[in-house]
Amino acid sequence: MIQAVMIMSTQGKPRLLKFYSYHAPEKHQDLVRAVFQLLSARPDSVSNFVKVDAIFGPGAKLIYKHLATLYLGFVFDGSENELAVLDLVQVFVETLDRCFKNVCELDIVFNFNKLHTILDEMILGGQVIETSSEQIMRSVEEIARLEKQSNTTSLIPKSISERFSR
Amino acid sequence: MEQLRTIGRELAMGSQGGWGQSKEFLDLVKSIGEARSKAEEDRIISRELDHLKRRLADPDVPRRKMKELLLRLVYAEMLGHDASFGHIHAVKMTHDESLPLKRTGYLAVSLFLDERHDLVILVVNTIQKDLRSDNYLVVCAALTAACRLIGEEAIPAVLPQVVELLAHPKEAVRKKAVMALHRFYQRSPSSVSHLVSNFRKRLCDNDPGVMGATLCPLYDLILEDPNSYKDLVVSFVNILKQVAERRLPTSYDYHQMPAPFIQIKLLKILAVLGSGDKQASGNMYMVLGDIFRKGDTASNIGNAILYECICCISSIFPNAKMLDAAAETTSKFLKSDSHNLKYMGIDALGRLIKINPDIAEEHQLAVIDCLEDPDDTLKRKTFELLYKMTKSTNVEVIVDRMIEYMINITDHHYKTEIASRCVELAEQFAPSNQWFIQTMNKVFEHAGDLVNIRVAHNLMRLIAEGFGEEDEGADSQLRSSAVDSYLRIVGEPKLPSSFLQIICWVLGEYGTADGKYSASYIIGKLYDVAEAHPTDDTVRAYAISAILKIFAFEIALGRKIDMLPECQSLIDELSASHSTDLQQRAYELQALLGLDKQAVENVMPADASCEDIEIDRNLSFLNGYVQQAFENGAAPYIPESERSGVVSVVNYKAQDQQETSAHALRFEAYELPPAASQASISPTTDLVPVPEPSYYKEDHQMSRSQPSGDSLSGEFGLKLRLDGVQKKWGRPAYSSSTPSSSTSSQQATNGGVSSEVGGSTSSQARESTYGSKRQQATEVSAEKQRLAASLFGKADRKAQAGRKTAKESSSTEKVATANATPQPAKEQVIPSAPPPDLLDLGEPVSPSPPLADPFTQLEGLLGPASASPVVSETPASSTSKTPDLMSIFSDDVQTGVTSGSTEPSLGVNVVAAKKGPSLQDALQKDAAARQVGVTPTGNNPILFKDLLG
Repeated sequence: MIQAVMIMSTQGKPRLLKFYSYHAPEKHQDLVRAVFQLLSARPDSVSNFVKVDAIFGPGAKLIYKHLATLYLGFVFDGSENELAVLDLVQVFVETLDRCFKNVCELDIVFNFNKLHTILDEMILGGQVIETSSEQIMRSVEEIARLEKQSNTTSLIPKSISERFSR
Repeated sequence: MEQLRTIGRELAMGSQGGWGQSKEFLDLVKSIGEARSKAEEDRIISRELDHLKRRLADPDVPRRKMKELLLRLVYAEMLGHDASFGHIHAVKMTHDESLPLKRTGYLAVSLFLDERHDLVILVVNTIQKDLRSDNYLVVCAALTAACRLIGEEAIPAVLPQVVELLAHPKEAVRKKAVMALHRFYQRSPSSVSHLVSNFRKRLCDNDPGVMGATLCPLYDLILEDPNSYKDLVVSFVNILKQVAERRLPTSYDYHQMPAPFIQIKLLKILAVLGSGDKQASGNMYMVLGDIFRKGDTASNIGNAILYECICCISSIFPNAKMLDAAAETTSKFLKSDSHNLKYMGIDALGRLIKINPDIAEEHQLAVIDCLEDPDDTLKRKTFELLYKMTKSTNVEVIVDRMIEYMINITDHHYKTEIASRCVELAEQFAPSNQWFIQTMNKVFEHAGDLVNIRVAHNLMRLIAEGFGEEDEGADSQLRSSAVDSYLRIVGEPKLPSSFLQIICWVLGEYGTADGKYSASYIIGKLYDVAEAHPTDDTVRAYAISAILKIFAFEIALGRKIDMLPECQSLIDELSASHSTDLQQRAYELQALLGLDKQAVENVMPADASCEDIEIDRNLSFLNGYVQQAFENGAAPYIPESERSGVVSVVNYKAQDQQETSAHALRFEAYELPPAASQASISPTTDLVPVPEPSYYKEDHQMSRSQPSGDSLSGEFGLKLRLDGVQKKWGRPAYSSSTPSSSTSSQQATNGGVSSEVGGSTSSQARESTYGSKRQQATEVSAEKQRLAASLFGKADRKAQAGRKTAKESSSTEKVATANATPQPAKEQVIPSAPPPDLLDLGEPVSPSPPLADPFTQLEGLLGPASASPVVSETPASSTSKTPDLMSIFSDDVQTGVTSGSTEPSLGVNVVAAKKGPSLQDALQKDAAARQVGVTPTGNNPILFKDLLG
């Protein structure tokens, strides 16, 4: 099971946090800090796997990718295949790239809600449900299209719309 | 008017920047990015939060704006600031009928809340309603939120709808419903156990995505109870076969591999189902062989599949051919340059040696390379492997290495782990007590505070009990060497408390035993310890007790020793200590000094720490005294239970006296019969004729360390193994005929064979170094070879052979494969392997065997009426009649093709093309960003760098 997805900048700023197993909200920043310390201490050209049982509890492993100014980290337990998760990160990045055309950190900062949508299509409740980047894109585009359709009403202030709906 | 202006601004914002966010959000991100300090950032965000608080409560804010405000709130909370005031707004937004707002609301609640939160109760109702929505996206959003927010109590509220959704026409909904059900199962298996059969149904879903998602819950279910899913083995094998034969839509291909993630999940399931089941495993060999043959070691995902295959093979009933293939792939991993693959290789090796320990030998140099690798992860993994392959022949090298590594790491968690592993290995395989004590000293010196206190007591016990044989000389030698080493170490600063306790105890018990050191010297040392740790009461208690023992032994021997003035002052200080325990010990010491030789011998017999202490619980020796008291008119004693009518602790305790546990709550202080406490508290004159009570007290004080017979050894459980060799990894099940440790010794003595084998292994070693392109390391250093030899138990032979057959180094892989066979033990093994001709890896498998279609079979599972055996049909008709995966998916394939033609952006090629230097795009984006006003700052210089570039 995947326990958490974390994207953070190489400065240690969280860019996206998604936890699938319970961690008290006030602990989230500690987790980010601990993971960042771990990752920033690792030299390049070593393996992408780290054992993080000290941070996330027994058996937890972290797969990370260092892309430009970002660390993408997936935390998971013993029931996943390390190399496969590494490729899952790749699928995620490829999907982002399709979605944003040359994805960069700014895209991720400003569209984190879209990232959450993509992640929700890939991982649900800690289990991987979709691994085809094409398939994910298709559903994300569908969502965007349908959202746009129903977008018109939302420009009206809520006090007015509430009056109408009553 | 104001509102119209806002709307106008909104519309203008929408087009700006292209990120669909407002200028305000951009400004926020920008100012946070430019913040010079944490304090500045906090200021910015708290200002933002104040602003958001005002705006969210403002009824005149457009709803579209609300969405953005909420997202900004999520952003602020992600940065670690409290945004709880906005949680209720998120909950409200889930009620909104507009899709984007609803989805944003659900996103925010699932990020803000969790199942334990109070507000969840407000969301459950909305989820319930939305699950019935006509809009499938609303349903999806509700299902996603349900996965996160529905706790055990709320499951019944949404369960019926979720089950209904399993048959929803949209595959995205079905997929999510399956996962939601799985999540409910994880939360509370009992509430959905009657619905588990739904997962089986979904396995034959038309959509491969749904089928793939269903494997997740099935994997969990099978892990729990493999036996009730054995009937699915054939179906899983068939699905895997069809996936591997590329019969899924090409959109599931990833890096030219057909649906690799589904393959991996299936392999995981098969590994569980085939474990220890010969028949089930028999079904799997064929497809596993297929996957191995098609294996692609060039891509990461190809290796992932191969690795999963190895895991599967090492888990199911062993098959010699499969194991060979697995071993070969493992060696490819180990020889790879990629750290990731080396890591997987080490892991795979760890799995394979459980079945066949000999496999490790071939890779010894690769393993040692990994051990010296700068990559910490790899190093730790390698230590894990070494831990698994430790036996009595290599324990010394491995534990030494571990300790060396342990000294250098700072990570407390891992230090604890590796220290306890050192202890475990040392206790299990120690070649000699001498070595054991030295090793333990090292462990305690560097990680004493991290090791279980039990280990310290085991060590004390070992020193006290010695070999447990009649060889007293060796025992005393052991003790004096321990004393020597402790006297050397004791002066060092910063020793862990538990180690000091051991030192004090050993010095007190055996410091003067061999007469090498004078009593005053030892006392001086113990005094130093007590003096150097004024805050550690336990250490001080151990030290003062040790001093007491030394005095006692000296007095018993009839020698007179002078009390050092500083020692006297220590005793005085402790007599007034805050700790009553320390006080008691100090007073005891003073009392003992006043006793004569005879009494001291009774109170403190020399070297009696191992003697069983007989406690006369009836206190019969006091009968005379009691009788006398009666005669003098004293009232008879009435037990407390009879007095108060309450079952007292005493009774309860008396029943399980045997299991007196040292770590649980202890009742001793209350349990002592009043008569005894009278005796021990009563003036010192009574102490003399009654040795037992005071001795009992000693036992009481030392109860954590004193081995008093069965009760303690049962409790400590892990006893040190002293009876020599024990092979940790036995032979595999199918070669039980050969004695366990014969292989290596046979070869070592058998001259003719050994040179040949040695030659080929060394050339193998050479090849591995060639393989890893370490040209400078053509000559493997002698030190490394020695290490390898000591690790893998082939001492001199290897080094010699290495020198002799240096020329053979250019020989090809044939030598390597031949290398596997010449071992006599193994040759016996292969013919006795049970499944004789299941498949031959070398030959392509003929396509003739009847292809039982998994879906029809599954239908058979579900509907008892149509359970007719598919296999009985002729192969030709079965392939033509029964609809196979291909035909099921043919619709999908076609739509995929047509949509592909209309939307040119689909397909792998496009992605690949985009990967290229499409600078134009990046530049455009950069320009857009600058226009908006976000410029890369010093903090974040390459903000705009293409992630994939």
